[in-house]
Amino acid sequence: MADLSTSFIGIKSPNPFWLASAPPTDKAYNVERAFEAGWGGVVWKTLGEAGPPVVNVNGPRYGAIWGPDRRLLGLNNIELITDRDLEINLTEITEVKKRWPDRAMVVSIMVPCEEQSWKAILPRVEDTGADGIELNFGCPHGMSERGMGAAVGQVPEYIQMVAEWCKHYSKMPVIVKLTPNITDIRYPARAAKAGGADAVSLINTISSIVSVDLDNFAPVPTIDGKGSHGGYCGPAVKPIALNMVAEIARDAQTRGLPISGIGGIQTWRDAAEYIALGCGTVQVCTAAMTYGFKIVEEMTQGLSDWMDEKGYATIADFQGRAVPNVTDWQYLNLNYITKARIDQDLCIKCGRCHIACEDTSHQAITAMVDGVRHFEVMDDECVGCNLCVNVCPVDDCITMVEMTAGSDPRTGRPIDPDYANWTTHPNNPMAKQAAE
Amino acid sequence: MPVSETNDVKSNRLSSADYADNFSDIHPPLTPHEALVEADRCYFCYDAPCMTACPTSIDIPLFIRNIQAGNPVGAAKTIFSQNILGGMCARVCPTETLCEEVCVRETAEGKPVKIGLLQRHATDTFMEREQPHPFKRAAPTGKRIAIVGAGPAGLSCAHRLATHGHDVTIFEAREKAGGLNEYGIAAYKTTNDFAQDEVEFIAQIGGITIETGKALGRDVTLDQLAADFDAVFLGLGLPGVNALGLDGEDALGVIDAVDFIGVLRQADDLSLLEIGRRVVVIGGGMTAIDAAIQSRLLGAEEVTIAYRRGQETMNASLYEQELAQTHGVVIRHWLAPKSLHVSDGAVFAITLEKTGLDSATGKLAGTGELVTLEADQVFKAIGQTPDAGPLEGLSIELENGRIRTGADRRTSHAKIWAGGDCIAGGEDLTVVSVEDGKIAAESIHKALMA
Repeated sequence: MADLSTSFIGIKSPNPFWLASAPPTDKAYNVERAFEAGWGGVVWKTLGEAGPPVVNVNGPRYGAIWGPDRRLLGLNNIELITDRDLEINLTEITEVKKRWPDRAMVVSIMVPCEEQSWKAILPRVEDTGADGIELNFGCPHGMSERGMGAAVGQVPEYIQMVAEWCKHYSKMPVIVKLTPNITDIRYPARAAKAGGADAVSLINTISSIVSVDLDNFAPVPTIDGKGSHGGYCGPAVKPIALNMVAEIARDAQTRGLPISGIGGIQTWRDAAEYIALGCGTVQVCTAAMTYGFKIVEEMTQGLSDWMDEKGYATIADFQGRAVPNVTDWQYLNLNYITKARIDQDLCIKCGRCHIACEDTSHQAITAMVDGVRHFEVMDDECVGCNLCVNVCPVDDCITMVEMTAGSDPRTGRPIDPDYANWTTHPNNPMAKQAAE
Repeated sequence: MPVSETNDVKSNRLSSADYADNFSDIHPPLTPHEALVEADRCYFCYDAPCMTACPTSIDIPLFIRNIQAGNPVGAAKTIFSQNILGGMCARVCPTETLCEEVCVRETAEGKPVKIGLLQRHATDTFMEREQPHPFKRAAPTGKRIAIVGAGPAGLSCAHRLATHGHDVTIFEAREKAGGLNEYGIAAYKTTNDFAQDEVEFIAQIGGITIETGKALGRDVTLDQLAADFDAVFLGLGLPGVNALGLDGEDALGVIDAVDFIGVLRQADDLSLLEIGRRVVVIGGGMTAIDAAIQSRLLGAEEVTIAYRRGQETMNASLYEQELAQTHGVVIRHWLAPKSLHVSDGAVFAITLEKTGLDSATGKLAGTGELVTLEADQVFKAIGQTPDAGPLEGLSIELENGRIRTGADRRTSHAKIWAGGDCIAGGEDLTVVSVEDGKIAAESIHKALMA
């Protein structure tokens, strides 16, 4: 049995599956249910300053996109940070941590970008016995209009400044939660590191309008005829998050900075992918909000089974294994040549590969051969783009096969076994001369 | 063998709830959500095999994508543009031998996309939402066309001609328009008077007059129509039925299955219909299946279909055969009717002879072995026949009694076209009749506007 336990910036948890700071972690009731279900840790829903709590809208807070059978593919929300009194939250955090000492208890915080505000709240949180804090610099709606959340996360200097305050006024490990609503995720990550943060977590939600109601011409969710952008999450955002995680994992300045991965994690496999890109833990929200807390059983079991199968005894055994294989386009091997192959026994003759290639790509797949409906790749036209593989409805029917000998029928050039990339390609005006 | 000579035929075999339940929609329509999920199974194939298999060439991938995109009304328009009787075809087409048979998901997993049910979802939604007629009539041409027979072929032809701006008069022998859609299809396949709703929908295009109770040869003659109108389309169907050729065929309880099906369809109160306790149906086509299943649903205890050849040559699709079997109908192959047993003018049993293929000639032959089945009713479903009587004297060429037409459905008479079951080489399917009517209409239009 694989050991799923993790120690992330000194915070221990029996498995890498944490619930992200969000509605599922707003109250002791929910968090205790999560721990009972088997979650390794939680990031308590973001606390604000002492005083009258924020208020939420009283109409719909969520919007979604679905697959045809109502499978939830993407969720957006306009909910704010906790709207419960700070004192109640602090009391509950203290009690829950006491009852569940082996689980990770991280507290998310968002207060105004003033030193005094942070100075005031940090000792209060520290007193709960929480294992660490997560700085919410990510919420793209509502709070950002008040100079908090993503408004901070979009300015690297602010990130660094607040991180420094937190390290100065508390002994707790500090995780900076990053907003994806920026152009280059490396800058805020570098700022967090420069400010002394112990880790980053990402991504927070993406600014989004999930749909427009065509009867009243207003964004969804609609509050009395108006809508406001929300934060997008769920399976649809995973590819965006994976790229941002990889950018930080392989950046020279942030390499090695612990990362807690967030964004569209639905199954053990999603989690394994995040960990392979360097994450030490993962955080889940939408999947739990869709199916309830029980999904963690599938996640821990699936991850454990896969690790057993692959011979990984601990999370660290495969953590970051994919990072060296993420590179820039310019370093991809231009001598690597593949051709699509259609398995005629598996082909059900839907013709999607043909029409995709014919209408939108390279005219490299037949529709008819000798008067018979037949789909076959013409190697002399195939550029190996993989579109046919992606549109084919049958698993493994079309595969990309590497050419290792002879010449490419499309270009007539012999297959070159040596690696060569764009940096030295003759067509590149910026090509470096090969060092002779 | 001991055979009871009593003839046990009666009405009211079931409770009223059973009648209602038995004759409700046999394939309940998809709910909107089910339709979305089913539509998502369609791969939107290139040069889709289903579309090629459809005799009316409905753009199936497109209409399914219309449904998928939340536009079932648009889906119906896609369907109607190729097949104005798309609503009825969705109910009665043997999709398992047409579009669904060639669906790539049938190839892949033996579970085709439910094209028929999706088509029904689209066309039903269109009708329920009481949409305006989806086609606009062209400016009047002043041309007048007579159509004989208000069945699928005639109605399809009429609609397409009217769309082109021609004026159409349909002469229908029966009291109601619809042809087999009204009189020939099992009640549970087309509930709630759908056939009449569809006739009304088709007529909405304008320029179509339907004269019911006007039979060719009795109330109107073909040479008169050919003289009075610019063109004539014959959608006569097959008015005759084959006989068993046995003594006692006129006895009480020996009934043409088509008549039984027609009476059942027209009945306001099914509990008043008489049905035998034991029923034997002779034949192997859809009519035999429809008669047998409906006999069971009316409360017959034992229903047997006797077919003189093996299963592989039955005209009813495998799907329909299974449907009969799941309704408790016993299908017996290699049995040919030999004699009817009649007492007091009513049938009480039928003797059949076991058959086989002669090993020397390969032809069907009796083996001499006899089987007697008790039968309070014997339904004859051994094929329908054309009636060429009203065509006499007009030099219209026939082929095995049916009208010979060209690819454009024009007969040997320059002013007369024909389509549906009355023409040679057809498949006797509603959807094929619809296509015949459409082709003929385009040909008539071309000829008249030349």
